[in-house]
Amino acid sequence: MSKEKIKINREFYDIMPKEYQELVEDATYGKEGRGWKDVGESKEMIEEHSLCAGCPESIAFRYVLACLPNPEDTVMVGSTGCTSLVFPHVAVHNIHSLFGNQNAVASGLKRALSYRFPDKVKDVVVLAGDGATVDIGLDMTLQSWFRQEKIATICFDNELYANTGGQSSGLMQKGFVAKMAPAGKKFDKVDLPEIARQSGCHYVTMLTVSKPNRVEKAIRNAILIAREIGPTYVQLYTPCILEIGKQMMEGLQEMRDSEGPGKRFEFKEYISDEAKAYLESIAPKKKRKKVTAQTEG
Amino acid sequence: MEKYRVMPGPEAFLPPAAACVGNVLPDPGQGHVNGEIVQEDVAMEEAARQFLAAKVPTIFPGPLVLWNWNEKSAKKASAIYKLYEVLKAHNPGALLIPMPDYRPKYPKINPEIEINPNHPNLTIWHNKIDVCMFVGVHCHYANLSLKIIRGGTNCYTIAMCAQAGHEDAMLSFRDATPDSTYRLIEAVKRVKGLASSGNGASHAGTAS
Repeated sequence: MSKEKIKINREFYDIMPKEYQELVEDATYGKEGRGWKDVGESKEMIEEHSLCAGCPESIAFRYVLACLPNPEDTVMVGSTGCTSLVFPHVAVHNIHSLFGNQNAVASGLKRALSYRFPDKVKDVVVLAGDGATVDIGLDMTLQSWFRQEKIATICFDNELYANTGGQSSGLMQKGFVAKMAPAGKKFDKVDLPEIARQSGCHYVTMLTVSKPNRVEKAIRNAILIAREIGPTYVQLYTPCILEIGKQMMEGLQEMRDSEGPGKRFEFKEYISDEAKAYLESIAPKKKRKKVTAQTEG
Repeated sequence: MEKYRVMPGPEAFLPPAAACVGNVLPDPGQGHVNGEIVQEDVAMEEAARQFLAAKVPTIFPGPLVLWNWNEKSAKKASAIYKLYEVLKAHNPGALLIPMPDYRPKYPKINPEIEINPNHPNLTIWHNKIDVCMFVGVHCHYANLSLKIIRGGTNCYTIAMCAQAGHEDAMLSFRDATPDSTYRLIEAVKRVKGLASSGNGASHAGTAS
């Protein structure tokens, strides 16, 4: 599908609710270089959402959707969790899979789209919580990486099962006491970024969403590399303010406090040699030198 | 067992799916009225009678005709709008209310300007719609809406389907094209002409 197809039949233009007219006139479909700075400026792929007030996941969602390089030809695959509360409001094609199945569904979808639309670029992006990615769906997640499926996997890591009351998850930090984990987490936070790297992901990064520029770069890299090279993984810290006892205005500070040197969400990035070469080849000429310097450094 | 007839409600919170109680879809060239298979011309005449007798006849165009996907959808949109103009000329209270997409609307929809398949009854109640026609709505969401409307309102439902028809509507056609929409327009004009000449084409609805 191209932007040309996102238009309203003229007979019905006047009766369409304003939000759909704006989606046609003012959304960033087809715009080169769309990114987080469009948030608040253009019609967003998500406006109203049903998450808690002040939830960092909501701003993470905005950034991710604003940074999709090709939203009109992107299909997102979600899973059960807080993310599944948002997907019904998103103006991007999306599929809700059974809990944990998201990478398996995305694998089949990507193959089907490649077969059905061989001449078009179709991105498949998995977006799920840590329970779906690391606990219940770990098998599907890893198997898709082993098979080198060309899909980008984004994990919203809130370190517990948030919308079922705060049970411990594999990504919860050791010793953390949650409402439904009163004895504290018994083992270390699973190092999924390292597992992803060892499992064949060509781009792996872990960060919080406190710095939108960095999130934009991570999302674009993950999707572009997945499109051409192979699987990629992005782990974003989106703390559940309710379950860790924070107020609605404290989510941003919580992320900042967790990303410093030596902290558990210190920025990490891995790019395979193949992916580096690809990123260099698609970088605009004036930036190529910079990309080369960065990837070599 | 007595045959189940698909009639205007309010039937119940969860009316049965008509297909589960013995109602079948029409074959090509046919339609159905209250669950009875009839020839398409008969169904069109009945639809025309229902539209003309209604206080608030309403067309609900869905995404397949609202959005300009292809040339065919543009032609369908023109034909449907023409039907609306004919109904509006007969009854200034006629409405054209879009179903732009199927996502549930939060915090709430504006029932005056749109209909949502997850709570179509709100739009029916708010606008006091007594006859409505769905067109260009994907089958599963049309069935969902038709059941909710039958369950909670007394609205007469018509489904103009591009596929095999909808047994959960009180009246439906199948294989809808721009041409078949124009045939429905002709049927409305013909029945209206008969009615104005006093030839027994007054409201003969089987339902209300």
